[in-house]
Amino acid sequence: MTQPILEARGISRSFGHVRALANADFDIYPGEVVALIGDNGAGKSTLVKALTGNLALDEGQLIFDGKPVTISSPQEASALGMEVVYQDLALAPHLNPVQNMYLGREIPRKGILGKFGFMDEKAMESAAVASFAELGGTVRAMKAPIGSMSGGQRQQVAIARAISWADKIVILDEPTAALGVVQTKNVLESIKRVRDKGIAVILISHSMPHVLEVANRVQVMRLGTRVATYDAAKTSVEELVGAMTGALDKKGEAA
Amino acid sequence: MSVIAKTEEVGVVDPPGPKSSLLSRLGNTQSVWILGVLLAIIAFFSIAAGTKFLSTSNFSLISQNVAVWAVLGVGMTFVIITSGIDLSIGSVLVFSSVVAAKVMAAVGGDGWGTAFIGLAAALASGIGWGVLNGYLVAKSKIPALIVTLGTLSVALGLAQVVTGGIDVRTVPEALTDFNTYIKILGIPTLPFIALIVLILGGIILHRTKFGRYTYAIGSNEEAARRVGVKVDRHLILVYGLSGMLAGFAAMMALAQFGTTTIAGQSLTNLNVIAAVVIGGTSIFGGEGSIFGTVVGLFIPAVLQAGFVIIGVQPFWQGVAVGTVLVAAVYVDQSRRAAALRGASSSSPLRSLLRRSK
Repeated sequence: MTQPILEARGISRSFGHVRALANADFDIYPGEVVALIGDNGAGKSTLVKALTGNLALDEGQLIFDGKPVTISSPQEASALGMEVVYQDLALAPHLNPVQNMYLGREIPRKGILGKFGFMDEKAMESAAVASFAELGGTVRAMKAPIGSMSGGQRQQVAIARAISWADKIVILDEPTAALGVVQTKNVLESIKRVRDKGIAVILISHSMPHVLEVANRVQVMRLGTRVATYDAAKTSVEELVGAMTGALDKKGEAA
Repeated sequence: MSVIAKTEEVGVVDPPGPKSSLLSRLGNTQSVWILGVLLAIIAFFSIAAGTKFLSTSNFSLISQNVAVWAVLGVGMTFVIITSGIDLSIGSVLVFSSVVAAKVMAAVGGDGWGTAFIGLAAALASGIGWGVLNGYLVAKSKIPALIVTLGTLSVALGLAQVVTGGIDVRTVPEALTDFNTYIKILGIPTLPFIALIVLILGGIILHRTKFGRYTYAIGSNEEAARRVGVKVDRHLILVYGLSGMLAGFAAMMALAQFGTTTIAGQSLTNLNVIAAVVIGGTSIFGGEGSIFGTVVGLFIPAVLQAGFVIIGVQPFWQGVAVGTVLVAAVYVDQSRRAAALRGASSSSPLRSLLRRSK
């Protein structure tokens, strides 16, 4: 527990003249929720892409579980135990929750039938039911297409899918952006349950109250680099917004 | 505040009704609703024409007419579920039957050996065209409509070039006899073979990973890609399957008619697409079933046979099928829009049942 599960040291990436990541640092420990905040264009998404193998680095080093690694594809990130829940969730609306959860990783039937691509529907369904229950169980209709479900239920399917494949880190990109009050609460509860399983959670969000509710630490990005890290218990919305916009920074420089 | 919380909670809790029972879930699928339409048509002709329509010979004839289209329909169902389209099947059928007939003529003989060599040639030709379609759709990113419109033209053109536009009649007797004289479990052989293809297609579509990925790609291609489904490869396989079945159907057509049918397949693609869509397969992908395709195939066939028997000009079949097609898609879309609004319980079948009560 003393070393970060994932650490980024001085990573940089430029697109032409734009330095999307400028000597950025990041670290997260097992079983903690780290919120990543920053204004639009601050480099949050670029950082996540760099962490998950979707973006090659110009400079810098990633350290996973104490060992230097290069993650050059999303598959490599998955193999390390990292999954991203994207804002658009990437679910197939015509498939049901179980089918979505196991899409691409179907459990084969035992014996010869499995070789022909037959699937063990029962095993997949019971495992899916168990993991939805673990997240607070708002997904109950296992046979209905996901397209007919609420945003919160879809979010939960996406989170359940991520944590069933990621045993180290789950990254959530704006998970509460399009949700109502109760659904948001469910998602935040889900995040806490994921954390309690010992999985590290990176939460990207614009909603300061949500960030303060679930995060252990808050890392603020601005102009492609990490400008501050706060203990969520000891900070406030004003302080975070100040760091995001740079208002605090200038004060700091003056002092 | 408490009021808001309450309504929110109602939104989060699933409506337990429509999902819990198998019957009501079936009631929400178009294939079941359209089965009702088919049964109504059969009932109408049975009353209007009596035993002449309900005879085994009539249904044997109907199933003969459906057999070739059914095999094509299996491939088309897969293709349309991926949100693609395959316009080339009729031409691929013609090309494959020409290739098979030429090969069988070159081999000579009237026995089963010749027929099997012909079958291999037809399948190879069909797979070739299908894989070409799939490659152009998946790798070159050309819209399926354009790709298969192109191969429709090229395959038919090449078949005409090879034959000079004159049908080839070198079909071994084993093959034509097979269709004419042999019955399996009382069913003529071609419909029986089509039934086997339908069952296999249904199993692959509804029970295997291959089928699951077919739905996933049609539903959200990007989602499938992100979870590691090899989308390009899968599309090539799906179009290859459609082509292979067109090659298989070519042999069935040879057995049925004893000749190639160069000029006779120009509307086959559209008829098969109409049947697949009437059967509830969404042209936008992600939804559909082999069962629906079977029902969709029987509607035009039953209409045609029925019109002949009750003495209506069979040309009315086209009018009726076109109307059913548009109506079926309209009902399907309004049902889907209703489902999106959350009123998933108001399926056409249910409202029909409710009204009749």
